[in-house]
Amino acid sequence: MELILIFISASLINNFVLTYFLGICPFVGVSNKTENALNMGFATTFVMTLTAAATWPIYNFVLVPFKVPFLQYVAFIIIIAALVQFVEMYIRKASPSLYRALGIFLPLITTNCAVLGLALFMVMREYSFLESIVFGFATGAGFTLAIVMMSGIREELEFADVPKHFQGISITLIIAGMMALAFMGFAGLIRG
Amino acid sequence: MANNLGYEFKKGLWQELPPFRLVLGLCPTLAVTNSAVNGLAMGMATIFVLFTSNILISLVRRTISSQVRIPAYVVIIATLVTVADLFLAAVFPDISKSLGPYIPLIVVNCIILGRAEAFAQKNSILPTAADTLGIGIGFILSLTLMGTIREVLGFGSIFGVKLLGDWFEPWIVMILPAGAFLVFGGLVALVNWISSRKTEKAAEAAMSR
Repeated sequence: MELILIFISASLINNFVLTYFLGICPFVGVSNKTENALNMGFATTFVMTLTAAATWPIYNFVLVPFKVPFLQYVAFIIIIAALVQFVEMYIRKASPSLYRALGIFLPLITTNCAVLGLALFMVMREYSFLESIVFGFATGAGFTLAIVMMSGIREELEFADVPKHFQGISITLIIAGMMALAFMGFAGLIRG
Repeated sequence: MANNLGYEFKKGLWQELPPFRLVLGLCPTLAVTNSAVNGLAMGMATIFVLFTSNILISLVRRTISSQVRIPAYVVIIATLVTVADLFLAAVFPDISKSLGPYIPLIVVNCIILGRAEAFAQKNSILPTAADTLGIGIGFILSLTLMGTIREVLGFGSIFGVKLLGDWFEPWIVMILPAGAFLVFGGLVALVNWISSRKTEKAAEAAMSR
C-alpha cells in the first residue's frame, strides 16, 4: 500500500517536471517529436531506477557508517556519471538497435538534474531500499508522461499561429504552466 | 586587453543573459523564485560556485587530459557546492531551509558546466573571471527579477515588505509552480521583443545611411 502511494505521489501529484522543475532542460530540448520524447523518457526512467538502486546502498552502507554524509553530492554525481557510462557501454554491446534509438540521449541524462534530485529526495525522505526503487521508477514514469504529453502538444503547435515573439521556448513554457495547473487537479488523490 | 575584458564581462548582462538567452539553468530559475529574497540568495550561491569553480578549472586546464575533463570538472563543482551548502546552513539557516534541495542541485546547473566547457577550459584566469562575473551577475539579476514579479503578484510585497494595500487580491497561482512557467514564458517573449526591436532599428539606421 505504502509503495502504491509513493508511486502515485511521485508520478502524478508531485511530478518532478511540473512541480519541482527538475529535468526542465530535456523537457524543453527533446520534446519537439513524440518519438524522441518517448525514447528519452524510457532512457531516463531506466537510469533513474538504477540510480535509486545504486545510491541507496552507497549512502546507507558507506557514507553513513564512515560519518561522511556531507560527501553525498560528490559521491552521487560520480555514481550517476559512472552509471550512465556503463549503461551506454552495455546497451551498445547488447542491443545495437536500442543503442541507435537511445544513444544520443544517454550522455544528456548525466546533467539531467532530475536524476541527482531523485537521489537527494530519496535520502531526505529516508526511504527504504524497496521504496527508493519504486520512487525512482515512478519519477521516471512521471517524467515520461510529462515529456510525451508536451511533445504531442508541440507537434500540433507547428500548425498554430503563434505570435512571433512567443515562438519557441516562450510558448513551450507557457504550455508547461498550463499543464502544471492541470496536474494540480491530481492533488486530491491522496493526502500529503 | 582591457576592452576585451570589458566585453567578456558585459556580454553576460544582455547578449548572453543566462536563463533568457542561453536557456540554461532553468531549474533554479523556476524553482526558487517565489520570492525576491530566495531568488537573490540562489543567485549569490550560484555566482560563488560559478566564479570559484571556473577559476580553478582555468588554472588546471593544461594538466587535465581532455578525456577525463568532464568528471574532473564535476568533482570540482560538487566540492564547491558542498562548501556553499554548509556555509549557508551555518550562517543563514532560514534561507538554507527554504532553498532546500536546490542548493545541492547547483552541481548540475548547466550554466556552470556550460561555461567551463565553452570558456574556462580555453582561456586564462583574467578573461575567465570577467566572463563568469558577467554571466553570474546576469543570472542574479534575472532570478531577482523573476522573484520580484512573482512576489508582487502573489503576495503583494517585495523582499517581504508589504507594497500593495488590502484592496489587492493576491494571485496565489503566481507563487505556485504554474506561475513560474507563465512568468518565465512571458519574460522570454519580452526579451525576444526588445531584441528584435533593436535589430529592426539597426537595420533601419543602415538603410537610411
